[in-house]
Amino acid sequence: MLDLDLSFVTLELLRKFILQGFIFSVQLTVIASLGGLLIGTLLAIGRLSGIKTLVALSAFYVNTMRSIPLVMVILWFYLLIPLLTGHSIGVEFSAYFTFVAFEAAYFSEIMRAGISSVSPGQKNAALALGLTPTQSLQQVILPQAFRNMLPVIFTQTIVLFQDTSLVYAIGAYDLLKGFVTAGKIYGRPEEAYLLAAVIYFALSWAASFMVKRLERRIAIVR
Amino acid sequence: MHWDWQIFLSDDGGGRTYLEWMLQAWGWTLGVALAAWCVAVSVGALVGVMRTLRASPWINRLALAWVELFRNIPLLVQVFLWYFVLPKLWPAMQQFPSFWLVALALGLFTSARIAEQFRAGIESIKTGQTQAALALGMTRTQMYRYVLMPVALRVILPPLTSESMNLLKNSSIAFAVSVPELTMFAMQAQEETSRGVEIYLAVTLLYAVSAFAVNRAFAFVERRLRLPSSGTDAGVSAAKVAPLGLGH
Repeated sequence: MLDLDLSFVTLELLRKFILQGFIFSVQLTVIASLGGLLIGTLLAIGRLSGIKTLVALSAFYVNTMRSIPLVMVILWFYLLIPLLTGHSIGVEFSAYFTFVAFEAAYFSEIMRAGISSVSPGQKNAALALGLTPTQSLQQVILPQAFRNMLPVIFTQTIVLFQDTSLVYAIGAYDLLKGFVTAGKIYGRPEEAYLLAAVIYFALSWAASFMVKRLERRIAIVR
Repeated sequence: MHWDWQIFLSDDGGGRTYLEWMLQAWGWTLGVALAAWCVAVSVGALVGVMRTLRASPWINRLALAWVELFRNIPLLVQVFLWYFVLPKLWPAMQQFPSFWLVALALGLFTSARIAEQFRAGIESIKTGQTQAALALGMTRTQMYRYVLMPVALRVILPPLTSESMNLLKNSSIAFAVSVPELTMFAMQAQEETSRGVEIYLAVTLLYAVSAFAVNRAFAFVERRLRLPSSGTDAGVSAAKVAPLGLGH
């Protein structure tokens, strides 16, 4: 039977082992979602541009990324970056690049759906008002696409937060690694894994609860 | 840089070539994925049905708790719980090979997602179908067995296809508990041979081929299961049949 002993969990332990990992996990989530959203939007615009090479290129990028397991993508970047640039950049930076590139593919599909969800009349009206195609995209289409997709974007960000734990494959020090390390040092691995599960659950569950509320609020406005 | 594909024909030090090792690893990947898929679909269907039982709030809440629990903990943490924590809780589990622990972890993780697909599929069926089934004197079990599930299964085939492909990709998580599958092979062979690019390319290709095969298999099933009456999908036929059935 499992005798749980949580007395080793002190403020000092949290500060020493967990906080650093937590900050990295959050930073990775924020950078990957913002960077992924930016590049993903560009990919989506390329995909919908009607220019043959752009359509093919962005489709190829998105489909390739989406057919490879994230762990393999993490390993690929960790292998290729030093090979191509000539010097190692460390596991943390490697993780930033990987997640931005990987999430861009998923955000691109979300933004593609978002842009398609804006009725073509909006674009026609913008053009009829004398806006250039770029202006109509920037000021009319994208804001609405972004707004329509906001709940999906946040849901993807929650998935992304959970996926950051996979940096385990290259040994980056994230929230999970913080718990694993603390568990090893204090000889309490089972408690550490359970605590990690509880923390991830609480954060993800609270975040998805907030997304559900946001979804209802947006639905009422419309 | 230059290629060195010969690496796959060289000995790994254990009497087999890297190619043989990789193919064995592929077998492990497919095995984990298949076992997990069976768990995911059977548990997912059950929990999904429980989510639609509006008359039994406690069953419904239990199913919702199941979905929230397995959806909000990262897969890697769940694998660690199955591998390190549960065997301490229940010593008989220490005999379980890690293959089955990973298959269970991955299967139950995915079951939460598939349950939501089944729930949405069942709820997409017009209430007229339910009422017609009950009016014909069917029991609730018969209604699910003969009316709701056959339609719901057809409705959810497209999302079930992509979730099954996700499951296959997620099986790479098994490296964390040393199941000798493709990702584990990639990491070890890369370290031993320093021919990482060739190794990773081959492994990536095998993942892509497997995912594509899953996709084609589902497309085949979807074609075979298509109802003769329907145009393109079963959801449309459900919507068409319902008003005729009860005339509401």
